[in-house]
Amino acid sequence: MTQTSPTETVPPSASLALATARGAIVLKERPPSNLWLDAARRFSRNRLAMGGLVVVGLMIFVAIFADLLAPTPYDYVVLSEARQFPSREHWLGTDEVGRDMLSRLIYGARISLIVGFGVQAIALLIGVPLGLIAGYFGGWADYAVMRVVEVFTAIPQVLFALFLVSIFGGGLINIILAIGLISWVEICRLTRAQLFSLREKEFIEAAHALGVPELQVMLRHLLPNALTPLIIAVTIGIPTAMFTEAGLSFLGLGINDPLPSWGKMVGNSFSYLRLYWHMGVFPTILIASTMLSFSLVGDGLRDALDPKTRT
Amino acid sequence: MLRYLIGRLLGLLLVFLMVSVVAFLLMHAIPGGPFDEFQMPLPPAAKANILAKYGLDKPLHEQYFRYMGAALRGDFGYSFQSPDETVAELIGRTWPVSIALGGITVIFGLGTGCILGMLAALRPNSPLDYGVTLLATLGMTVPNFVIAIWLILIFVVQLRLLPIGGWSSDWRTWVMPVIALGLTPMGIAARYTRASLIEVLSADYIRTARAKGLGESMVVYRHAIKNALIPIITVLGPRIPDLITGTIFVETMFRIPGLGKFFVTSVTQRDYPMIMAVMLLVAVVWGFVYLLTDLLYTVIDPRIRLA
Repeated sequence: MTQTSPTETVPPSASLALATARGAIVLKERPPSNLWLDAARRFSRNRLAMGGLVVVGLMIFVAIFADLLAPTPYDYVVLSEARQFPSREHWLGTDEVGRDMLSRLIYGARISLIVGFGVQAIALLIGVPLGLIAGYFGGWADYAVMRVVEVFTAIPQVLFALFLVSIFGGGLINIILAIGLISWVEICRLTRAQLFSLREKEFIEAAHALGVPELQVMLRHLLPNALTPLIIAVTIGIPTAMFTEAGLSFLGLGINDPLPSWGKMVGNSFSYLRLYWHMGVFPTILIASTMLSFSLVGDGLRDALDPKTRT
Repeated sequence: MLRYLIGRLLGLLLVFLMVSVVAFLLMHAIPGGPFDEFQMPLPPAAKANILAKYGLDKPLHEQYFRYMGAALRGDFGYSFQSPDETVAELIGRTWPVSIALGGITVIFGLGTGCILGMLAALRPNSPLDYGVTLLATLGMTVPNFVIAIWLILIFVVQLRLLPIGGWSSDWRTWVMPVIALGLTPMGIAARYTRASLIEVLSADYIRTARAKGLGESMVVYRHAIKNALIPIITVLGPRIPDLITGTIFVETMFRIPGLGKFFVTSVTQRDYPMIMAVMLLVAVVWGFVYLLTDLLYTVIDPRIRLA
């Protein structure tokens, strides 16, 4: 730092005089704002993130109104129409048993979102309390929690998920539980790191001095201040969970028939790929664009909520 | 330093023990085993005999110690999916394939990623920079099995250039798996190299190097690159175990006889000795790579000292 602004070198009263003596400085009044309004403004300026948000919004819309949008139910089989290329009746073709691809992709959006949000809910339920305990109490509690965290980082996520599925079996609920059980680590780590820096702050000391019970200090004073990194972690965690679900379903170990899953559709298409390209292309495009959009929204949120870490 | 090492090793040992206990308990918690009524209807006396032979009549903690004692000597029992082979033999046969695939992928991904990141950082906001950023973002977000499907559609179905799968000394069998797997590390390497090189290039000592009249290439190659590469090690180090312990999707899709592919068949066939052994192996590999990354860090950057 070679340059210093006048306010840093001159005592406050003098700087005020300086400003008035110059007279030229016009202070433009800024509309009242808070963290969230500021963040929303920064976010809306980020074109990539807004594009991602549009795709995510569209996906949520499609998932909610799947019953109205889909031409047929997801499990409507017409065997005589199996493996048809895109046509006027079936815009995106049919799959290996004659189900309309478009309908299954539309319902697949619902499954993907349920998995994405469900997993993050479980991850928050496990990660936040453990992170609070580790970060608030430190010492032995911290050591114990961190070793558990290491157990879960030691095994790659997909491998761990496969292990859990081998024990508890597949299906929508089990998949959400299995992926949730391995996805809390990042949230726990972030909560802990936030608490380490927050618990030394004066307002926490003040809370202690006023005799606020420990649990209330944790939940009312510490947690809200640790919220922004958690929001970012959850947004970035959603596509990761979707990826793991798609991967497990791709291997035939995830969502059970007849529920549609994009990953399972890719897996089923694999043996038909040489002849029926449409069965593999559409679900892979949807998986890729969903993952990309959620990541862009996550990156945008990080830039908007935490301008310090912008790269 | 020695104290630090001992502390870390003890921590890793604890993690390893926790992984083994959790995996062992979960596997014994499930209903159903190889000697169930359903699998093998036997008179009670014969069943008791068999259970005694495999030590399954002992209390759980005793079974655990027996298993771990044998495992530490390299005896993981027999695999259910190929009963004439021990788990150790099966891993010895499949792991080298995964290591080879992972090794080629790491070299390809890191090499191209670092070069692309450097090129992008040297011309920030140029079309090249945007292209690299786009490629990096795609590599980091698009799942590898999706990329694999696209590669098959292009190179096998459309262009008919490459064989659809298998793993041999023929380099053409390597192309698709390595690209499908390597785009993620490539994207990460490119992104972090770019960010860190841009930061390093604005450092005081780079200005000094330029001020004393060094040529631009000298400044970049001798002074900037070395320091810019340090963060990459921390980011990518932890990913190496994922790559060399088998990459489940890619190995399954391209029929590569590696550890990942066999892990999937172990899961579908409930081959518990194999699953248990792979979990332990992965935990050990992870521990060592983790430790190695930290140590490498101090070698490359003497400013960092491990306390």
